[in-house]
Amino acid sequence: MNRMAKAISKTILSATDNLLEVRQFVSQAARQFGFSEEETSNIALAVDEACTNIIRHAYQNDPNQSIEISIRHQKDKFEVSIVDEGKQFDPQTLRPLDLKEHLSHYRRGGLGVYLMKKLMDRVEYDTLAGKKNQVRLVKFLHSVRSDAGS
Amino acid sequence: MSEFKVHHRDGEGFSVIELKGYLDAHTAPDLESTFQRLLGDRKFNIVVNCKDLTYISSAGLGVFMAYIEDVRKNKGDIKLSNMSPKVYNVFDLLGFPILYEIYKDEQEAINKFRQHGKKI
Repeated sequence: MNRMAKAISKTILSATDNLLEVRQFVSQAARQFGFSEEETSNIALAVDEACTNIIRHAYQNDPNQSIEISIRHQKDKFEVSIVDEGKQFDPQTLRPLDLKEHLSHYRRGGLGVYLMKKLMDRVEYDTLAGKKNQVRLVKFLHSVRSDAGS
Repeated sequence: MSEFKVHHRDGEGFSVIELKGYLDAHTAPDLESTFQRLLGDRKFNIVVNCKDLTYISSAGLGVFMAYIEDVRKNKGDIKLSNMSPKVYNVFDLLGFPILYEIYKDEQEAINKFRQHGKKI
């Protein structure tokens, strides 16, 4: 398989009915890159969680904004970049989630970021020019992880 | 093709919700409506059959979190059954097996309600 760096991208409107299309787009690329079905599902889920957070929090459910999803890969690195122009998310404000404590209070929110970190090898946030926010989700082929932590 | 479908049926002393397709942030409100209807009818013994559920995100899991407290306050429960390994994996990653009883098949979950002699 050719593993030279290349990128494909897709721009969607910030509405939850586009999540299925995003998952299909990411799944196809991950599968072609060589990930197993289980890994492919996990990557698609992590991207779904990132887009859902953008729709709900960065754009506060305004369905007319845009989200750009780009996929790049090089050697064994598969990277999904998700860019929005909504309210900035400061990852510093996010405390590590104590899952047991969280569940014991029946809290329904906040699980998306926890899942993203569990499912991917790296989750990184950047601010780009023009007040754009970027989250980068990285997964390596054949990565061995004992625990991603939170 | 419809991406998500919720169907519910009532038995004697319990209700079963059947899920089909994708449960994500887009389709989660459909499941919320079903829970609201059941709780409004004071039906608190609920089995969620996940046999045909092919995908779940944290938005879908959040629906179960939203109603479990109310259901248990009314001496009922939400029990889950027939999960595929893929769907179970997401529940497991988020620690849900600590909070919810998950059964291999629907009948086992129904039997649990019967054993405890709970009423709707």
